[in-house]
Amino acid sequence: MTAALDLFASAGLWAAMLRIATPLIFGTLGALLCERSGVLNLGIEGIMTFGAMVGWLTVYHGGDLWLGLLAAALAGAAFGLLHALLTVPLGVSQHVAGLGITLFASSLAYFIFRLAIPVSGSPPTIVPFQVLQIPLLSNFPFLGEALFHQTAPTYVAILLALLLGYLLGATPLGLAIRIVGENPHAAEAQGLDPIAIRVGAIAFGSALMGLGGAFLTLSAFNSFFPTMVQGRGWVCIALVVFASWRPTRALLGALLFALFDAYQLRLQHIVGKAVPYQLFLMLPYVMSIVALLVMARRARVPQALMQPFRRGER
Amino acid sequence: MNDIVLSLEGITKRFGSLIANDDVTLNLRRGELLALLGENGAGKTTLMNILFGHYAADAGRVVAFGRELQPGRPRAAIDAGIGMVHQHFALAANLTVLENIVAGTESIGRLRGDWRRARVKLTEIARRFGLAIDPDARVGDLSVGERQRVEILKALYRDARILILDEPTAVLTPQEAEKLFDTLRVMAAKGLSLIFISHKLHEILAAADRIVVLRGGKVTAERITANTNKNELAELMVGRPVTRPAREAQQPGALVMRAENVCVAGFRPLSDISFELRAGETLGIIGVSGNGQSTLGRLLGGLVKPTAGSFELLGATVTEPTPASFVACGVARIPEDRNVDGTVSDMTLWENSVLERIGERRFSAFGLVRRSGARAFAKTIIERFDVRGGVPDTPIRLLSGGNMQKLILGRNLLTSPRILVAAQPTRGLDEGAVAAVHAEILAARRAGAGVLLISEDLDEILQLADRVQAIANGRLSPSIPIEDAEPRRLGLMMAGAWSEMA
Repeated sequence: MTAALDLFASAGLWAAMLRIATPLIFGTLGALLCERSGVLNLGIEGIMTFGAMVGWLTVYHGGDLWLGLLAAALAGAAFGLLHALLTVPLGVSQHVAGLGITLFASSLAYFIFRLAIPVSGSPPTIVPFQVLQIPLLSNFPFLGEALFHQTAPTYVAILLALLLGYLLGATPLGLAIRIVGENPHAAEAQGLDPIAIRVGAIAFGSALMGLGGAFLTLSAFNSFFPTMVQGRGWVCIALVVFASWRPTRALLGALLFALFDAYQLRLQHIVGKAVPYQLFLMLPYVMSIVALLVMARRARVPQALMQPFRRGER
Repeated sequence: MNDIVLSLEGITKRFGSLIANDDVTLNLRRGELLALLGENGAGKTTLMNILFGHYAADAGRVVAFGRELQPGRPRAAIDAGIGMVHQHFALAANLTVLENIVAGTESIGRLRGDWRRARVKLTEIARRFGLAIDPDARVGDLSVGERQRVEILKALYRDARILILDEPTAVLTPQEAEKLFDTLRVMAAKGLSLIFISHKLHEILAAADRIVVLRGGKVTAERITANTNKNELAELMVGRPVTRPAREAQQPGALVMRAENVCVAGFRPLSDISFELRAGETLGIIGVSGNGQSTLGRLLGGLVKPTAGSFELLGATVTEPTPASFVACGVARIPEDRNVDGTVSDMTLWENSVLERIGERRFSAFGLVRRSGARAFAKTIIERFDVRGGVPDTPIRLLSGGNMQKLILGRNLLTSPRILVAAQPTRGLDEGAVAAVHAEILAARRAGAGVLLISEDLDEILQLADRVQAIANGRLSPSIPIEDAEPRRLGLMMAGAWSEMA
């Protein structure tokens, strides 16, 4: 029992938490931005897969790691625009469009990957992002190892959460996005263009999803597998609810989920003999359902979420 | 004082084959309070939506302060100094008052919103026009009257010089409405020009300087308020003389329904309501929308169970209510929302006519529908209640609101009910249909049914009810005879202030 608790005292657990959380932070922020403008984007799972592939392929063909991230973001934005086209001006079911995009993007990612890399024994690898040493902070005992031994995209993700919180709360653009998600007719009466704002929010949010996927191939691992996103997109969708549609809470939610995940990995080593490891794999999901039950009841849903906006119709 | 600030010139707008506005020309002067009068479907709202740029007109132009507005762009109207207060408020409930007001007013590229300056400006405007409001309140927490204030402030914040109000009093108590018109007069005195849309004659006569009447999409008359009267306006609006049927005195009979300290839990709960309903009388329940009428309607239709108190139907205590048992007892129901609860829009007239009593032998046997019987029933309703615009096999959604309501009335009244629960029976109907529905309700009362009329319309209650109780915040006032119900007293009751009057 004490061994199970001792795990929390290891710096490795906390470092793993940040690493595991990073793709979730990107994905959750992306989904959150889409939903704040009133559009559910279930394309996330596929967009992350596609971002992972594009980022990896860019680097494999000699591109810089940052160029890989940029390519993943642009690819994400492209799928975002497709989703936006379907759901905003055309107003089709957001669930169906999103799931369609997930299936399409995942398959297309594998297809392109196979065209570029014909079947081989072991998957080819790239040199991923290396841990970024931050002067002073990284050398701090325990805390340095726990919190400041990460690759650059992790810091970017955390910064993005704070920036997005500021954008939504304190800028006219953020207010415009929120009012479109709450009541597009109110936004229109204020002279805003709900369609343009939604399309923009979806494109940008989807770019963030692409980044989340690319983190997997460019930092967490060094090669691409078609199944590597492994439901992280769906976790992000749940985290948005958990976070009550607030970026800073999304950051906390992603960290919490990642902590469970990192913890169960380590717990497996201690008690793995007695209990099947699949049970541990379930742990973070069970915990997130419980947390969702507690948090979501109080969540304030954007009121126009999933309601298509048609001009002149009330 | 005579300079024209706004003119609509030859506005025409078609929706498919329907002509909503037909060559409408209209001028508004500085400091003027202009009323746009017309029935539902006369094209008032369409015209205002064109003016504000929600729609683009098929022909004609809008000129504000000497400059033509770009059609179909609300932004152009806002920039020209036109503000609109929508009938269905265009507000985001989860955002604060201040956020609702400043959204879209600052350049979107700014890295920081200047909320402090916005707050100062808002406070100053609110003070100048006497529209007190807490800028940090969440709009969803405000009362309807306060929300309307936010709508007006939104326009004033953008320096509107012309304000359009679409049915502004539809959701207000008479007192709130009076206060609104005081505010509008202050605004006109300060040089703003206002257009308000209404079909309520008394308030138009009380508030407007000039009245433009719209009928069938055309301007049919223009009057200076001082030179006209209620009867003339009613006739101009409808196009023919209309008289609503009058109530005749009648001795009430046996008790048919009784509630004593009944409570209902849930969304918009009811607490401690008591009433009695006798055969051959009409009990009116007056109230501003959203005060528990829907829950009351559900209680009376057998859809919800009382959580406390005693509720009797024809002398028997109701314990496990179901809509079917209520129908079987002879409770006829006109639901509040005929499109949602009253009809199934894609089903035909005959299907909608028999849905409530499909189990009866004349409509089904051995698990199969007897179409001939059902069609015959629908045909009888259509003839007897003058339902126009369809045959038994027409989908009901193709009917107008008034005809749909007549069918609902018909399917209920043809079975000689003991009790008629009519919730907002004339909401959204035009004057002709209102008269028809009123006549049927009076006929049901004459035939000995106890009528419970839930309405937001003061005139309707005064014309039809024998006694009246007010509903406010889920509570019912004691009943007063209609002879004692003058609008001022009813207004106080609707605001929940009945205990102070005792």
